Amino acid sequence: MKLSVHIKKRLGAFTLQADFETCGGTLGLLGASGSGKSLTLNCIAGLQRPDEGSIVLDGETLFDAKRGIDLPPQRRRVGYLFQSYALFPHMTVAQNIRTGLNWQRDRGEREREVERMLALFQLEQVAYAHPKTLSGGEAQRTALARMLVNRPRLLLLDEPFSALDSHLKGRLQMELKDLLAEWGTDAVLVTHSRDEAYHLCSHVAILEQGRLSGCRETKALFDDPGSVAAARLTGCKNIAPARKTGAQQVQIPQWGLTLQTNEPVKDNLVAVGIRAHSFDHPPGENAFPVRYTGEMEEPFGWILSFRTPGQSPDSPDLWRHLAKTTQQPPKPERLCVRGEDILLLYA
Amino acid sequence: MSDWYPLFNSLRIATLSSVLVFFTGIACAYYARTLPRGIKGGLDVVLTLPLVLPPTVCGWFLLRLFGTNGPLGSILERWGFRLVMTWQGAVAAAAVVSFPLMYRTARSAFESFPEELAGAAQTLGLSNSAIFWRIRMPVCIKGIGAGAVLAFARGLGEYGATSMLVGYIPGRTATISTTVYQLWRTNDEPGAFRWVLVNLAISAVVLLTVNLLEGERR
Repeated sequence: MKLSVHIKKRLGAFTLQADFETCGGTLGLLGASGSGKSLTLNCIAGLQRPDEGSIVLDGETLFDAKRGIDLPPQRRRVGYLFQSYALFPHMTVAQNIRTGLNWQRDRGEREREVERMLALFQLEQVAYAHPKTLSGGEAQRTALARMLVNRPRLLLLDEPFSALDSHLKGRLQMELKDLLAEWGTDAVLVTHSRDEAYHLCSHVAILEQGRLSGCRETKALFDDPGSVAAARLTGCKNIAPARKTGAQQVQIPQWGLTLQTNEPVKDNLVAVGIRAHSFDHPPGENAFPVRYTGEMEEPFGWILSFRTPGQSPDSPDLWRHLAKTTQQPPKPERLCVRGEDILLLYA
Repeated sequence: MSDWYPLFNSLRIATLSSVLVFFTGIACAYYARTLPRGIKGGLDVVLTLPLVLPPTVCGWFLLRLFGTNGPLGSILERWGFRLVMTWQGAVAAAAVVSFPLMYRTARSAFESFPEELAGAAQTLGLSNSAIFWRIRMPVCIKGIGAGAVLAFARGLGEYGATSMLVGYIPGRTATISTTVYQLWRTNDEPGAFRWVLVNLAISAVVLLTVNLLEGERR
């Protein structure tokens, strides 16, 4: 299964430019709200029409502006799980699922399939309930069943967990992961949560201010985000402009620091990032004095904010995160960071 | 009260005009939804005008259009069809005056319809007409139903445009509202009072129906 998307779409002052190809599995589109994530999915599903470019799924052209091809959503066979789940409010759970079986002409077969899905998704108890009476998990399972029973070639999942309570999220993420593996259908998952992307996606593409290009293996992206947007979206708390001052040396004027890196620094360096858990106690590489400005206790950890002596006043506090092993957080006078933990961010 | 003709005529006029307005109102509301904003605004003004104009002014326009020498009236005349001083004319008058009620309620029902339901149905392979009949209409049915009942009530109570276009001819164009006026004018107080009671009863039923429809809507 291969999806290739090269499109441009203008909406008022906003322009979406998406260029990516998937090579199987679940692709995560990671972006802040308003970055054009849902618009991208709408274009793939055929609910909105791009201005330029092409969308090809498995060798079949779904959209091509130049050749004048624009398959209606009905003929794309792409499943769409909406953020709100978009269950039909006037139908029961069973009727909602049956809507996805429109293609099945044999009535008996259709009823058997509905029964099978109700059992598979543990919806027998609520088969005759209306959507507004369902719990978040039941609503999501109904929407998934309705979508999958339609036998789509590709699944589009728009923030599937945003409507759920946090205690449900983890369990449902695990369920969805198993489900996707079981059905073997490729998916594009849109999310602003790095955890969701990390849990569910084999590859991740970053969407920033309407620009989406390339996709990378999830682990590689988190290890080496490579750009400021990717660093921020993968949860890096400390990011500042930097410049190259040696083959393996960077200077960060805002923090008043010069640090040694592990990898050779390229010329087009624009910033560095240091994850909050990367700071350590001396002895170690790149030690520098710090002054603590605040602390915040978490259930299983501490967050400490601090500043360096040479830090410029308008630069925000740096953050350190550490696991809670003692009653009080340790506050050494100096902190250090390993060269390999400095994320080099390029233009 | 031996002569029930005005009740029969009023119900006939209100029923036919609200059926007419039901379909044209829904069709206009559905297509207005997709129009660009500027055109939609202009169309809105034209289609809502009968709601704010005095009914007698609507009646004047109708007379101009459908009078025997009017542009539409002369065409209808050629087919042997006349709206002036006939009960069919009263249907037209009631339809014109009640149309905005149907159009506006149907439009706001369509506008509050969550578009992602249509999107979901499209990706599930439902044809556009199936989406309209099986998804959009059932989801919007409460608002549309309320609009239809309001249009029926308005048609039933129509006086101004009706009296301009079809006047008052007992046994032919007399409706409840024109009869009330006629009886009162001719000092038949008890007769007028009886028709007032009939009118009150019908209006109460109509309003109860609207409340029932709107109450079920969340």
